[in-house]
Amino acid sequence: MSSQTLTSETVLSLQNVSKNFGAVAALTDVELDIKAGEVVALVGDNGAGKSTLVKILAGVHPQDVGVVKIAGKEVHLGSPAESIKHGIATVFQDLALCDNLDVVQNLFLGRQLRAHRLDEVTMETTAWDLIRQLRAKIPSVRIPIASLSGGQRQSVAIARSLLGNPKLIMLDEPTAALGVAQTAEVLNLIERLRDRGLAVILISHNMDDIFAVSDRIAVLRLGRNNGMFNAKDTSRKEVIEAITGSVDNAVTQRAEAHSK
Amino acid sequence: MSAQPTDLQDERLIINAGLSGAIKKSRDRIKSGDLGNLPVIIGLFIISTIFQMLNPFFLSSANLSNLLMECAAVGVLALGIVLVLLVGEIDLSVGSMSGLSAAIFAVQFVRNGLPLAFCILLSIAAGAFIGWLYGQIYNRIGVPAFVITLAGLLGFLGLQLFVLGATGTINLPFESPLVQFGQQAYIGHTLSYILAVAVSLLRFGLGYYSAATRRKAELSAPSLTSLAMQSGFMAAALGTIAWYLNKSRGVGWMFVFFIALVVIMDYALRRTSWGNSVFAVGGNREAARRAGINVKGIYTSVFILCSTLGAIGGLLAAGRLAAAAQSSGTGDVNLNAIAAAVIGGTSLFGGRGSAYAAPLGMIVIASISSGLTLMNLNSSIRYMVTGGIVLLAVSVDAVARRSRTSHGRG
Repeated sequence: MSSQTLTSETVLSLQNVSKNFGAVAALTDVELDIKAGEVVALVGDNGAGKSTLVKILAGVHPQDVGVVKIAGKEVHLGSPAESIKHGIATVFQDLALCDNLDVVQNLFLGRQLRAHRLDEVTMETTAWDLIRQLRAKIPSVRIPIASLSGGQRQSVAIARSLLGNPKLIMLDEPTAALGVAQTAEVLNLIERLRDRGLAVILISHNMDDIFAVSDRIAVLRLGRNNGMFNAKDTSRKEVIEAITGSVDNAVTQRAEAHSK
Repeated sequence: MSAQPTDLQDERLIINAGLSGAIKKSRDRIKSGDLGNLPVIIGLFIISTIFQMLNPFFLSSANLSNLLMECAAVGVLALGIVLVLLVGEIDLSVGSMSGLSAAIFAVQFVRNGLPLAFCILLSIAAGAFIGWLYGQIYNRIGVPAFVITLAGLLGFLGLQLFVLGATGTINLPFESPLVQFGQQAYIGHTLSYILAVAVSLLRFGLGYYSAATRRKAELSAPSLTSLAMQSGFMAAALGTIAWYLNKSRGVGWMFVFFIALVVIMDYALRRTSWGNSVFAVGGNREAARRAGINVKGIYTSVFILCSTLGAIGGLLAAGRLAAAAQSSGTGDVNLNAIAAAVIGGTSLFGGRGSAYAAPLGMIVIASISSGLTLMNLNSSIRYMVTGGIVLLAVSVDAVARRSRTSHGRG
């Protein structure tokens, strides 16, 4: 692994980003800064606007108002291709893999080597390299994605995001469908991404995962910023209060009920 | 690390080596719903057995030679249909496209006396333009391809009649190269054997080169023996076919042209990033879009290719018939092209199929048509039988798809 990057330049910066869907304001004046070599967890309840934010950064649909800056320069993320070009890689919750294609084809989809005479050999060896690095348990890279398990698919999706040498990786609920060991593997992997100097946005509902790997925690509530915490000196209670918007919430009530 | 190639190190992999392994592998594949060419081979076997019993002329060299020539024109249309089916869409207008292309060609070449090459290019350009138009309507307005091409089916049939004018049928002069190509051009005996050997050697050479590169990169590769066996078998099969057909007129150039188009398309589909994108769009459109693929561009390219192949098929049909008629490209031409693509193993659900579906399916359709013609049955029976076969092919596709899902083969 490469050494920790000392430069803490800002990779991504969002200023006053808003997005409406019809009469619904999904995001209002959202601000976010992420530095290289940093894991920022993006948390919030269902409907808080996490997925909308991910989709804006992934170029799936652009923001209505506001500025997205990459390395200090304002960029327009009008399509997934533009987003990838600016060094933003996204691992979607639904993984966005093609079931009918094999692992190699999925990894290199949209950026094959030698467009007019595919370099299958280099692509296959690169695929094996990535899979070994991630210590993913994939028996063969020439079998259709349809035959892989949920964890294996997650590994393929993460491996794919690494191929384009991105500056920022967004992981949308990467551990939601995984077993205990596979979750640990993915968390290790996130730390490896950070050690390489990548900026990582981790979207998760799982507090254990969030506190295990993230440096900072950004909370969204009803489409607005609702606090930014340093993971080291914050308790779960504080984060949950920010997510739910009240000291007295379902989580604390349950905790009290159980302690009685 | 052991001496095992990089891609075969996982202990869970079931490794089937040698000839018995290859047989077991293909049996497992068929069981899990990945039928490949099996339905076509079984279908052809049943068809030829029945028709041979009813009329011993069916499997004669002369009939088979003629049958392959009959395949070419509609087969080229079927090749275009394979492409649109791969992206999960449909083109119902290839028949009208072929008729329009024949009409444009005939009017410019015969009535206006323009040079042959110009007329051919004009017809093909008309096909490409119509495909581009379909792509624009599909991408920008979002009308389903089914409806766009249904409108095209009627609209371009009307345009075909308009172009042909009051007289209707335009005969092409018998000595024109297109008619010669469609009726008289057969590859000679010697050339047919040379081609059979050359193609097999080429296959061996490419296989050997690919195996050597793979071994160098420490990946698994087929052994020299198996490569040699495959190529030897291919040479023997092609040689036998050539020998049998050479007992009568031989192999038509038009059929060779058709197969050449299929081979080029197969390469484009399997070995280029465009081909990967076509399969990706057919398999999961949203995933393809998020991977940065220009999905709209892929749709446009596929519609353009389909209509262009439709125009080329129309020219071949005009050459075969030595005329462009009001009935060119009408009737069962559309559905035969679609049926051929589906019978050949292209899924109607998108993302699954191969360029070879076009010739395989087309041979089935042409065999049925030829057999029924030999029995002096009129088109009423032919339509019913072809309809039944199409239903059967689609049912096989649907059942195989369910089985694939449960066996994890996508």
